[in-house]
Amino acid sequence: MSPGPVAKQAPALDVDALLADPETSIIVCCGAGGVGKTTTAAALGLRAAEAGRRVVVLTIDPARRLAQSLGLTELDNTPRPVTDVDGSAGGSLHAMMLDMKRTFDEVVLAHADPDKAEQILANPFYVAVSSSFAGTQEYMAMEKLGQLKAAAGAADAPWDLIVVDTPPSRSALDFLDAPNRLGSFLDGRFIRLLTAPAKAGGRAGLKVFGVGVQLVTGAMTKILGGQLLTDVQTFVNALDTMFGGFRERADETYRLLSEHGTAFLVVAAPERDALREASYFVDRLEADRMPLAGLVVNRMGRVEATGITPSRALSLAETLEDAGGPKSATNAAALLRLHAALVRTAERQRELAQRFSRSHPGIPVVQVPALGRDVHDLDSLRQVGHALAGS
Amino acid sequence: MTTGRTDPPWANARLHIVTGKGGTGKTTVASALALALASRPGHVLLSEVEGRQGISQTFDVPPLGTDETRVVRLPGGGEVVGLSVEPKAALLEYLQLFYKLGRAGRLLEKFGAIDFATTIAPGVRDVLLIGKIYEANRRRRDGRHKGEAAPVYDALVLDAPPTGRIGRFLSVNSEVADLARVGPIHSQAGAITRLLQSEHTVVHLVTLLEDMPVQETLEAVDELRSKGLHPGAIVVNMVRDPLLDDVALDQARAGRLHKASIRTQLADAGLEATPELVDGLLEEARDHAQRIDLEREQREMLEATGLPIVELPALPGGVDSGSVRELADLLVPSCVPQLEGARS
Repeated sequence: MSPGPVAKQAPALDVDALLADPETSIIVCCGAGGVGKTTTAAALGLRAAEAGRRVVVLTIDPARRLAQSLGLTELDNTPRPVTDVDGSAGGSLHAMMLDMKRTFDEVVLAHADPDKAEQILANPFYVAVSSSFAGTQEYMAMEKLGQLKAAAGAADAPWDLIVVDTPPSRSALDFLDAPNRLGSFLDGRFIRLLTAPAKAGGRAGLKVFGVGVQLVTGAMTKILGGQLLTDVQTFVNALDTMFGGFRERADETYRLLSEHGTAFLVVAAPERDALREASYFVDRLEADRMPLAGLVVNRMGRVEATGITPSRALSLAETLEDAGGPKSATNAAALLRLHAALVRTAERQRELAQRFSRSHPGIPVVQVPALGRDVHDLDSLRQVGHALAGS
Repeated sequence: MTTGRTDPPWANARLHIVTGKGGTGKTTVASALALALASRPGHVLLSEVEGRQGISQTFDVPPLGTDETRVVRLPGGGEVVGLSVEPKAALLEYLQLFYKLGRAGRLLEKFGAIDFATTIAPGVRDVLLIGKIYEANRRRRDGRHKGEAAPVYDALVLDAPPTGRIGRFLSVNSEVADLARVGPIHSQAGAITRLLQSEHTVVHLVTLLEDMPVQETLEAVDELRSKGLHPGAIVVNMVRDPLLDDVALDQARAGRLHKASIRTQLADAGLEATPELVDGLLEEARDHAQRIDLEREQREMLEATGLPIVELPALPGGVDSGSVRELADLLVPSCVPQLEGARS
């Protein structure tokens, strides 16, 4: 596909229609780090709530002030009602921060019998996996999303719309890959190798793998040390009974994400790298047939003065400076230079956004102007929501 | 500052780790720093660990693989070698290098142990990524990892994970050392931790003068310090000079810039200055003044860390392989120690 010489206008993303549609039950905000994903998720949640939806916002790693603006003072892994939300339209807002270790512990406690749960929680390998393992956040975000969705199914459900902010991954794709990765691991020979001795009563169980097993376990003992290998084996054995459920739920959540009712919003900033990553993500969502609602480009530069081009502004500034006039002349020149710089930035950002739309025609886009100050209260979140709705 | 150059506090650093919140230009700064270190002249390894191909994009070269590939040669003889560290390749290389496992090594892969280690096992991925850098740091020109031969690289720059993850990333070895209490992994992890905590390693933090990146930078500085790591420079990226002087900024902020006289000046210079245009310009000036205020507050917070602050300007045309060299030139005086012979 070659981009045509004339950029076709990207369709506008109608955020209010998306939020108002009762079919919309999950909105996933994804994109590179530092583009305002969490802010976007929080602003969408607030706007939906004030339009009458019962909303829960699941944030992964919010900046402290943003968390405070939602009344989240601690990370306690439970949705808390956000106060000072205008509920006159019948909506409400809950918010929560994901605590991955706690979520993992809860899964263990809920799905393993008490003795086994105890054993798992105390295993040193488990402690490391549940708190520092690189993929845990993705798995646990999926797990939590599944839980929130299950709660939404109840008759007196506290929410009917879940807005999720994806984890700050190495790559934005980790979130989608989590269930598959877990699946291929669970089906793999390695896990059977680790669990085999206990299951089949020692060496006899290993025969299914033929020769080589001793070589492998020998090599692993040599590299890892016997004690660590034992810890790993104990852990895997203990988790074995609950792994199936774990995986089923991850698969279920993945299926949920691909259904009608889920909307992915790709969030970007008007910079080359962020938009490149957005492209990448859009391609991946399309390849996976995930329901993509559109692209949000945050932090577009604002220009207030109209009717003067940057080059004219700069040449006038030069005229004023050369004339060596009074202070007001210097100030006027500075204002013109400032204006020229703002226009140039805005033009460059627009061009970057257009380039995205040329290579992804048909994807709805909304551009959100930069706010003067950072977002740290409900009012500024409302402003962001307003801008997201294109009004 | 004095006119004569003094060496930065990290004069003995060989390994420069660059972190920063997403969107702050971490990769650009890492690339510029590698160029600056190569200009001495030197042989510098620039690595990335997240498979983003940021280095190849910055230098406009084909995507990097797991082989060390030259990306830039400088006129003075220095060069920057690029590497995209990939955990699986690093693990296989590590096993070959230190264990000479032969058939057992291939079997490990066949049984999925390699995949397990690089994707599922806690922290191993990060250990491998840093382990590769550790190996490159120790490698000698005769291919050995000890002895008298000169090291292959004069300096190494790592485009590291973002500030939110940097503390965990760099301390993963001590966690692993706790988990594997004895054995080769334990000693390898211990050796890496010693390198990271030594004067040979420094962690630079890239930020913008905005609330969230600064907040994360401050948190990362505390975390690094508490873990015995050495924060180096805070690189404030994309700095724009204020276009108005302080008096005018005060007036702009308070909405007291004299509208009539500015309008007169604009008209005298030949502009048909409608009231709307002038109002728009004044509104822009007020936004600008507020932004400058915010930036100054942020800068003061950064200064309170006591770390050297290095500013890099916003590049009007964005970053490309040419502009990254301009940034490199700006980093030389503040970040690059002078060579032995050049010191007076």
